[in-house]
Amino acid sequence: MKLIMAIIKPFKLDDVRAALTGIGVEGMTVTEVKGYGRQKGHTEIYRGAEYVVSFMPKLKIEAVVPAELVERAVEAIAAAARTGQIGDGKIFVTPVEHIVRIRTGETDRDAF
Amino acid sequence: MTKRRTLPACAAKLASTALAGLFGLILAGSAAVAQDAAPVPDKGDTAWMMVASALVLLMTVPGLALFYGGLVRSKNMLSVLMQVLYSTAVVCIIWVFYGYSLAFTNGGSLNSFIGGFDRLFLAGVGLESNLETFTKGVVIPEYVFIVFQMTFAAITPALIVGAMAERIRFAAIALFIPLWVTFVYFPMAHMVWFWGGPSAYGDPAGFIFSLGAVDFAGGTVVHINSGIAALVGALLIGRRVGYRSELMAPHSLTMTLIGGGLLWVGWFGFNAGSALEASSGAVLAMLNTFVATAAASLGWILMEVVRGHKPSLLGAISGVVAGLVAVTPAAGLAGPVGAICLGFLAGAICFLACTSLKNRLGYDDSLDVFGVHGVGGIVGAIGTGIVAAPALGGTGIFDYATGAVADYSIIGQVLAQAKAVIVTVIWSGIGSLALFKLVDLVVGLRVATEEEREGLDLSGHGERAYNY
Repeated sequence: MKLIMAIIKPFKLDDVRAALTGIGVEGMTVTEVKGYGRQKGHTEIYRGAEYVVSFMPKLKIEAVVPAELVERAVEAIAAAARTGQIGDGKIFVTPVEHIVRIRTGETDRDAF
Repeated sequence: MTKRRTLPACAAKLASTALAGLFGLILAGSAAVAQDAAPVPDKGDTAWMMVASALVLLMTVPGLALFYGGLVRSKNMLSVLMQVLYSTAVVCIIWVFYGYSLAFTNGGSLNSFIGGFDRLFLAGVGLESNLETFTKGVVIPEYVFIVFQMTFAAITPALIVGAMAERIRFAAIALFIPLWVTFVYFPMAHMVWFWGGPSAYGDPAGFIFSLGAVDFAGGTVVHINSGIAALVGALLIGRRVGYRSELMAPHSLTMTLIGGGLLWVGWFGFNAGSALEASSGAVLAMLNTFVATAAASLGWILMEVVRGHKPSLLGAISGVVAGLVAVTPAAGLAGPVGAICLGFLAGAICFLACTSLKNRLGYDDSLDVFGVHGVGGIVGAIGTGIVAAPALGGTGIFDYATGAVADYSIIGQVLAQAKAVIVTVIWSGIGSLALFKLVDLVVGLRVATEEEREGLDLSGHGERAYNY
């Protein structure tokens, strides 16, 4: 079981959701986040006052998937979220030790 | 360009009624003639002035409040709305108590600068009191003139609060506004607008009126006056914590557009209402208020693009306000093309004032009250001397002595306008400086740094604008 955490451009959410659903990923959590990497930020000007805004709005997607799906899920996210422009985001994969479905008490693979 | 002139309509009517009673039917005909001699307000004029007055309130609450509110950070939204609302409320009361009297009655030996106390608590004003408009023999009820001018007195100090937004104590505003209208606004209104009216144009008038300067709807009284006070206030109170280092972006330019749009709509009451009649002159003022404003909006964003910036909504709506300010003194005097030129120029110059000038001098006028109202007001006041010229499509200036439009000298009129500007700058500058100093001594102008960080909504008013 792995946790896939992807930071993507906000407008790519629907594409990514469709791609993940297409390979059998059954759920995900989405959070609005701000951050920067190579994209740095942008400049906003209000009546001549310039502000450098470092943190760009992004979405963070979290999905836990069984080991055999991880590679395809990562590829699906990368393909769906790519624009080729700077600021497309990143994907992180980390191990997950334990899962519990609160309603039924099912655990691990049964809890997907 | 408004004024007061009480006609004895009440007395004339009483006299005619008495006559009719004494001499019965025989003299009924002549009594009717006597009644006709006393001018009666036209219902159309009265209705228009009531609507115009309501429109000027719309400019202030919610127009100006939202325009300013959208420009501050969300933690200070309510404080700005509150300052504008408070200013409106307190000035309305003061206006009835003594403001109207100080602005629009004869001040005797001080008449050049200030009125007297004849109309304290509106004493002597009744349903039968009428004032002459700019046309000989045309009157409107004195009550409607009082209401109309009340809205002017209410919006002017509300304009000032933008310069010190996000750091001024509410107690300081609460004290400053009543003092400022008393010692700066009422005298200015008297100096510019008090005269005898068409039937008594030779009577003693206010000082600036006597200089020959014209100010159709209050460029000097309202905009230069508040703009200079704003600059003085911004300099005295100092920059906001984090100025030029932290993000101080407007929290809702959507609100600013709504407020700016309401200002534009309300300004038709302000400018076209200043004709005091539902006349063709009022319509000209309305047309000019449309086109000068449109041109100023385009002028501002053109300057942005020329300077290599993107054309911004904030720029476009700031241009709208700059154009409204600049056309105010010229509204009923310029031709439409002259008004467009004036507006376009004002948009471009105010852009430079709010960007280059402010950055160079380093003062923190939070919402650019000086850059838009002060500078735009000066451009408008001086420009009025040019665009009012009949040779350039303006109406010229009517001479009540000859009953015709007077010969027009552009240079002479520009000089008269410049004198009016200088008097306004000095009067407002010195008066505002003294009053800000006094308020600082009594209650302190500025909140503590901790309160400023937290935001004035919570620290000053115990509420927040957005709960979600």
